[in-house]
Amino acid sequence: MHHASNTMAQNSTNIPFYRDIRFLKVFFQILFLIGLILLAGFLYSNMLHGLRRQNLPLDLSFLSSEAGFGISEGIDYDPADSYLKAFWVGVVNTVKISIIGIIFATVFGFIFGIARLSSNWLIRNIAAVYVEIFRNIPLLLQIFFWAALTRALPMVTNSITISDSIVLNVRGIYLPTLERTPEFNTWLSYLFAGIILAIIVVFVLAAFRHFGRLSEVHHTDRPSFISDIIFGTKWAAAPTFLIVAIAGLFLTSEPPFVVNRPELQGFNYVGGMNFTPEFSALLIGLTVYTSAFIAEVVRSGIQAVVKGQREAARAVGLKESQVLRLIVIPQSIPIIVPPLTSQYLNLAKNSSLGTAIGYPELLHIGHTMMNQTGQSIPIFGMIMASYLIMSLTTSAFMNWYNYRITRIGRSS
Amino acid sequence: MTENTTNDPIIICEDVHKWFDDFHVLKGITTTFKKGEKAVICGPSGSGKSTFIRTINRLEEHQRGTIIVDGIELSNDLRNINLIRQEVGMVFQQFNLFPHLTNIKNITLGPIQVRKMSKSAAEEAALALLDRMGIEDQAYKYPAEISGGQQQRVAIARALAMEPKIMLFDEPTSALDPEMISEVLDVMRELAHSGMTMLVVTHEMGFAREVADRVMFFDEGVVVEEAAPADFFDNPQHERTKLFISQTLQH
Amino acid sequence: MENIAITQEVKPPNTSKGPVKWLQDNLFNTWYNTILTCLALVFLFFVFKGGLTWIFTQAEWEVIPANLQILMIGPYPIEQAWRIWIVLCTLFVLLGLSAGVWKGLVLRISAAIAIFGLILLLIPLDVVKNSEAEYAVLEFNFNIIYLIFLKRTWLLGGLVLFIVTFFLGRDKNVLKRWVIGGWVLSLPYTMMVLHGFGENSVSTTHWGGLFLTLVLAAAGITMCFPLGVLLALGRRSQLPAIKWVSTIYIETIRGVPLITLLIMGSVLFPIFMPGDLQLDKVLRAELALILFSAAYMAENVRGGLQAVPQGQVEAAQAVGLTYPKTMLFIVLPQALRAVIPAIVGQFISLFKDTSLVTIIGLLDLLGIARSVLANPTWQGRYIEVYLFVAAIYFVFCYAMSYVSQKIEADLGVGKH
Repeated sequence: MHHASNTMAQNSTNIPFYRDIRFLKVFFQILFLIGLILLAGFLYSNMLHGLRRQNLPLDLSFLSSEAGFGISEGIDYDPADSYLKAFWVGVVNTVKISIIGIIFATVFGFIFGIARLSSNWLIRNIAAVYVEIFRNIPLLLQIFFWAALTRALPMVTNSITISDSIVLNVRGIYLPTLERTPEFNTWLSYLFAGIILAIIVVFVLAAFRHFGRLSEVHHTDRPSFISDIIFGTKWAAAPTFLIVAIAGLFLTSEPPFVVNRPELQGFNYVGGMNFTPEFSALLIGLTVYTSAFIAEVVRSGIQAVVKGQREAARAVGLKESQVLRLIVIPQSIPIIVPPLTSQYLNLAKNSSLGTAIGYPELLHIGHTMMNQTGQSIPIFGMIMASYLIMSLTTSAFMNWYNYRITRIGRSS
Repeated sequence: MTENTTNDPIIICEDVHKWFDDFHVLKGITTTFKKGEKAVICGPSGSGKSTFIRTINRLEEHQRGTIIVDGIELSNDLRNINLIRQEVGMVFQQFNLFPHLTNIKNITLGPIQVRKMSKSAAEEAALALLDRMGIEDQAYKYPAEISGGQQQRVAIARALAMEPKIMLFDEPTSALDPEMISEVLDVMRELAHSGMTMLVVTHEMGFAREVADRVMFFDEGVVVEEAAPADFFDNPQHERTKLFISQTLQH
Repeated sequence: MENIAITQEVKPPNTSKGPVKWLQDNLFNTWYNTILTCLALVFLFFVFKGGLTWIFTQAEWEVIPANLQILMIGPYPIEQAWRIWIVLCTLFVLLGLSAGVWKGLVLRISAAIAIFGLILLLIPLDVVKNSEAEYAVLEFNFNIIYLIFLKRTWLLGGLVLFIVTFFLGRDKNVLKRWVIGGWVLSLPYTMMVLHGFGENSVSTTHWGGLFLTLVLAAAGITMCFPLGVLLALGRRSQLPAIKWVSTIYIETIRGVPLITLLIMGSVLFPIFMPGDLQLDKVLRAELALILFSAAYMAENVRGGLQAVPQGQVEAAQAVGLTYPKTMLFIVLPQALRAVIPAIVGQFISLFKDTSLVTIIGLLDLLGIARSVLANPTWQGRYIEVYLFVAAIYFVFCYAMSYVSQKIEADLGVGKH
């Protein structure tokens, strides 16, 4: 037997290299990498040639020199500032429109997503039409449309005003804001007092409840003090706090806030919040487009909670509103969050379309810088890196979140 | 036990070791299977029995020792692996039929793509095999449209269509409803009588007693005991074997 | 079963019938739904009133027929338009053959496309009819009438070819291989016919309008799909070098907006190419679109690959299939089937994304619409033009998503 195995093994101990899996695996990878390196080398040498032809050495020193171009909106900036500062203005503008867009898109997305599941035929179908129309038309076209609309708004002197507080004209959209008065701090102290009072009330209430029940409840299933506190918080904390806060409003000598309405002064509106036409058009476009996608995410997330879960909840005797609140929504949140995050990322990336209508975001300013300095390679590197940092941090958060959620799902 | 067992070795394993990361699954298996032999492999779950038969057609790579199948050593030689997979058929616990293909296409895929048979010849052979399995009327249905027992018989036909010299069965009846187990065991019994070399991982002790030439008991990566079924069941030598047999027969 | 059939008299109590009942159940079932319904009705009333008033009384639609040709084919020379018609007729032949050979879903989709063509044949959208040009047409502007007539003839010819080839291809299984080959060759063939050779060739700088959008989308879809599959397989490869390169590629591309790639194609690409090689602008945009979509496609396909159980691969290996054959015959068919909606969704995204080439100065449907609006004659007609263009995009995107639902429903049968 031993003998047989030895002779049989002999013909196979020295495998020809072209059939040896271990060799082939390494060989293919090396071949692949060599191909990549050759390609990269080819591009690199072309780049050197190209740069020499254009007489533009790769060099980052331009970043500290004076930018010399104006930026229509954003954080404090002057054309005399450096290119680096100008780029930073673009980054901040991108982040700004992304965050505001995400907030609006989430609100509208959830409204339309839930509306699509409404028992009301009309509401359900209006939401469906909204979703189908806006997600099947290119975002850029929508942005162009809104930009054309905002550009077609009347001149300042003929502004459209809605109930004296919202103003629309060719310079943009003006919204009222709340502004603090000197009395704000006084009111703030009422708020603190409210919080403290609410805590005291909760504890007193909980103590009454707890010790009052001790006598009647059987020793073994005595409720914990914590659960009584939670019960107390639920019923007493918010009302107490609200009463004190509202009382505070009347007790201060003047209101802590005033509404700051946009008002016509000379040839322009002053006060309130101003969104430029470009910002408004981009914001409307991003919000409407993304909210249509978010609506679908929300709808399918809620529908994904299996029917059996709902039936089980009903069988336990929960009311319809309780089924939704206690069973369906908690289970659909983990399903909704991952695709929701990727919609947020899409919105942030799509904000780069602002460049087409002149909103000074990251790409737009980068493009201007390229045209002025000719340093397209490092500037492209900076643009890509900025977007990558945004995307990768968000995906890292997503992975962490998913990991947590799946772990909870398994343990329960 | 069966008359058609010969003395020619067809599978030779020497000191076979296998690790999953740090977990030592197979701790030196040395054994030989003869042409036409029917071996039943049993043991508690996690004992390495499934891993062992999966090393024989290289679904798992062994990390030490030698395995020689039909004169071909299983090594990193690409050609040998392909050759051995043609000689060794395998039946899985979960059937693993291809759900997007009809039953007959499941069977003819290997012969046409690997053995380079013509489509018509392969289909003819497949229909004959299905006939032998007693399910020729299910040929043009999809796997999801037939019962578990029928699916497993299609899976056996799929393995046989490659005309293998050795058949490996990895718990072929464990995923079946009780009333379907016998129809699969009948087919396997018939196959055993035809002289096929068979390695069967199973808990069906009745089948082992009736068909096997040898029963091997695996525990913690080693062969604890191996013997002809009569000796194995009636006169086990090791404590662990005794315990296992009493537990299996109890239910 | 039989017992129920015998007692035919017993019918379900008649509760769920009648329009009044329907209204009660779907619009006025609770007090808050009643309020919502009323609010929605008021809202719809104003939307429809405003919208319809605008469409029929205020809008000046002549901008569309006057620019229809340029919206459809851009600056493509009209005397070379036969090239486009030839391509269209070839596609109708292939569609007809496919419909005949495969029947079922393919037939239904092709028939829908043909019916769409028939509708286009009947709509007199291209008859110029504004106050000034009205008489120009009627006074035998022979050229225009001739062109309109020619267009109809070509379209009619395509539809006839479709029907003829459908009957030719019926039940001829031997043709399957040839038809598939035809589809594979159709892309290079299309490009060659559209571009042409010699002095009559039409360079891509003259490509534009809906025609360019469709070419960009079709080429993008056909090329990004195989690339995406390769990337997905690469990302799941056991070979670390291939796995990591694929992963880095996919994640980098997905981390940046498409427009940066397009601008990179138009600004950076020339720097990275050898001095004398200058790639066509349309081709560079197309490359950027393909490279971008392939990364997303890869992630969709990867999702499908993860859904295929490991046992399938093992079974294929046990039968002796090699890695490429295992992937081709066993894994990919199951993986792709599982993610058809996501893949079609990606195709739709790609179709919409072609509009971004407007930013780098190509004259696709959106770009040409912008150039029409830039013409002083049509200044201020942006709502009309954008609505028309949006409607075209919508029809294509909605049709694709509708077809994907049908395919999904069709493949569901007989699979599980």
